[in-house]
This record gives sequence, structure tokens and C-alpha cells, in this order.
Amino acid sequence: MSRATPPGMLASALIVARKDLAIEFRTRSAFLSAMVLSLLSLVIFYFAWDPTAVAAVDVAPGILWVTFTFSGLLGLHRSFGVEAQERAMDALLVAPISRESIFIGKALANLVFVLGVQLVALPAVSLFYNLPFSAIIGPLAMVMLLAAIGLTCVGTLFAGITSNTRMAELLLPVLALPFFVPIVLPAAQVTAKLLAGRPFDESLGWIRILLAFDLVFVYACTLAFPFTLED
Amino acid sequence: MTPLLEASGLVRSFGTRRAVDGVSFSVAAGEALALFGPNGAGKTTLLRLLAGLLKPAGGSARIGGDALPAVPARARVGLISHRTMLYDALTARENVRFAAQLHGIGDVDAATQRALEALRVADRADVPVRALSRGLQQRVAIARAIVHQPDVLLADEPYTGLDEQGSAALTGLLLERRAAGAALVVVTHQLSEGLAVASQAAVMRAGRFLRHESTADLDLTRYAAEYRELFS
Repeated sequence: MSRATPPGMLASALIVARKDLAIEFRTRSAFLSAMVLSLLSLVIFYFAWDPTAVAAVDVAPGILWVTFTFSGLLGLHRSFGVEAQERAMDALLVAPISRESIFIGKALANLVFVLGVQLVALPAVSLFYNLPFSAIIGPLAMVMLLAAIGLTCVGTLFAGITSNTRMAELLLPVLALPFFVPIVLPAAQVTAKLLAGRPFDESLGWIRILLAFDLVFVYACTLAFPFTLED
Repeated sequence: MTPLLEASGLVRSFGTRRAVDGVSFSVAAGEALALFGPNGAGKTTLLRLLAGLLKPAGGSARIGGDALPAVPARARVGLISHRTMLYDALTARENVRFAAQLHGIGDVDAATQRALEALRVADRADVPVRALSRGLQQRVAIARAIVHQPDVLLADEPYTGLDEQGSAALTGLLLERRAAGAALVVVTHQLSEGLAVASQAAVMRAGRFLRHESTADLDLTRYAAEYRELFS
């Protein structure tokens, strides 16, 4: 008879995250779509850019973060799509794990996804705009990680909310993008300062804002997620 | 006997329509309730209430004294739905293993293998679910539901898509679970399959139990005739 001890919150979150990543690794559908979207966006931005009018360091931060944001959205939508197919979400909800751990697991898998997209898109931006990211890679990587945490938390929450609607693909960006602004804005600002060769200390204010929004979003989204599952 | 599964005055509405309207019953350890009724009678809604997937508008459901949907109650439930609840990109083994991990089973691999063997699908365990036929997917779905040997097994149309061998394996498994002391609720349109495993039978219409009795003295032919008459 069933006398096993259910896993704790973090353990069950890791189980859910591993499962989501295994599905993405197996299908690669969202990652490939995100890659194509990233590269396509970069090509379009590149051909729309007049290098004699605007310097690459001025235009690149905006392009970088627009690309990251929209490519990441593709993966966020997929994370609940796999649960909807055969109502696998029901099995997750019947399992003896907390709703919060489902959220954390999905957000962790989405974080890996968004970081993967960033990892491929960053060298592409460097190539197109001939920018020396290698000199600022340490602080830039930190900003990318902090921004990815905020984006995936908000994105995972709204992906959960919209997953049972008929227009999930449309609703997710409409709902999530306004909440991405407090994350993308400081991230783009720090990237611009780093690319312009300004000392890292000058960016600390923006990094604190980014960190603060991360904390708020992680906490608020984890608490709010169980309510999105109410029937 | 102390009831393992207890529903008390369960009510659930969708808009103005009452899908479940004050249903009460109990199933003790080693007992099984077969639930019959036409489409839209409220059987699936009742099962979803018992699984903790829906919040009742009134009444309550308890498993071993624990109110649903609390974690201790959910830990004792296994759910078979008419949707497979499987991930089609993962293999049968990975799907069952995932469920075993969520229940915190000690030897996950052994439990997974046992469940797959019980449903006679171990030879296709490493095939992605999307490459399996509907019947084999259903067997994997049942293996996923029983991998943690639940005290309460809720089955909604569990025979969907199963061939003769699969149906026999499922009936054997349900009887085995009963003998092991589990409480079962089986929703089905097939009277013979339901009554073969049940100790109680209930007929639902418009969210209510029209009749509810022990199967001990039940004659299948007479019961089938009366059932047809109810909905003629």
C-alpha cells in the first residue's frame, strides 16, 4: 500500500524540471524555434541598421534584450503546452507535491531554456555587430542570469494562467510583456554601460533594481501560481 | 468497516447546472464501487472531486480521514482518466518513473518495472509513448496510476482502448488491488466489466445517485434490464 514519503518542495521541483528538460531535449521544438527567431531578428535588425548614423554599442543592448525577450517567450509557452496535451497536468495535481513546487520546477526548466537561448544568441550579436563581449563577459553573464530569473518567473506564471485559454499564444505575450519591462529596462541599461566601457560601479544602481524585481517576482509568482490552478 | 474513501454531500456546479448534487457514499478498504450512468450524468465530475482536482461547492471528500486535496490524502490516490495524462515525447518507462519519483518511492526503477509488467507492457517500456497504440498508451497510463500502489484507485473509463488481453490484465489488477485492501471507484459504461470488480454498484443521473446497492445479490441480467429501463 502507499506508504512512501513524498519528496519535499525542492526535490519535487527538481523532478518536474528534469522531466520538462527531458521533453525539450527529446523534441527540441521550442529551442530550435527560439534559435530561428533569434537569428532572424538579428538579421532583420542588422539590415535595418545604418552603422554610419548609430554606433553598434548604442544599438546592440536594445537588440540583444528584444531578441532574448521574444525568443524566451516561445519556451515559456511550451512549458504548459506539454501538460495540456493529454491532461498530464491532472496527474501532476493529483501527485502529493505542492503547487508551488510545480511552479518552481517549471520555472527552473524555463530558466535553463532562456539561458540556453542567451548562450547561442550572444555570440551571434557579437558577430553581427562586431562587439567585444569577451571583455565584459563576467558582469554581462551576471546581468543575463538575473534578468533570466525575473523573465522566467513572470513568464512561467502567465504561461500557467493562459495555458487553458483558447488564445494562449496571443495572451501570453500580451499579459507578460508589461511585467518584463522592469526586468529588461535595467538589464539593457547595464549592458549599454558595460559596452560603452563605463566602470561596473556605475551600473550597481540598475543591478540593485534588477535584483529587487527578481526577489519580488520570485516570491510573488510562487505564491500566486497555486491560485491559477483553481478550477 | 471503517471507510477508506468517504464522500459526504458533495456538490459541484458549472454555471447554473449542478453536475454533482449532494452525493454521499463510502468505500471501505477492499471494496469497490462501480459507477454507471449515461453521458453527462456527473460521473467524471464526481471522480475529479474525489481526486481533489475540483473543489466542491458543498460537502467534502476524505481519504483515510484526511480531507482532499491535502497532500496526505493525495499521496494515497491513484487516478486513471479517459485521457492518458502521459507525455508523448517520453518513453513508457520515463512516464511511469516520473510518477514514482513524485510519490517518493524508494526503489523507483523496481517499482516502475513491476507496474509495467503488471500491465504487460514491459516489452515496450523504452518506446516513446507517441509511438504506442492507444491501447498500449492506456496500459502505460494505468501503470503510471498504480506505480505507488495507491490505497484508493479512481478509474474513469479505464477499459478505453484496451484489447481483450489488456482488459483481462486490468480486471485482474483491479481485483488484486481490492484483495490488497485498496478502495476502488470504477466509472464505466460496461455493466459486466464494472460489476466484475465491484462490491457496490451505483447509477448516476443528473448529478445524483438514482440507485446504490451491494452487488452481493445482484443478478447481472436483471440489473442490465433495469438499467436500460431507467434510461429508456
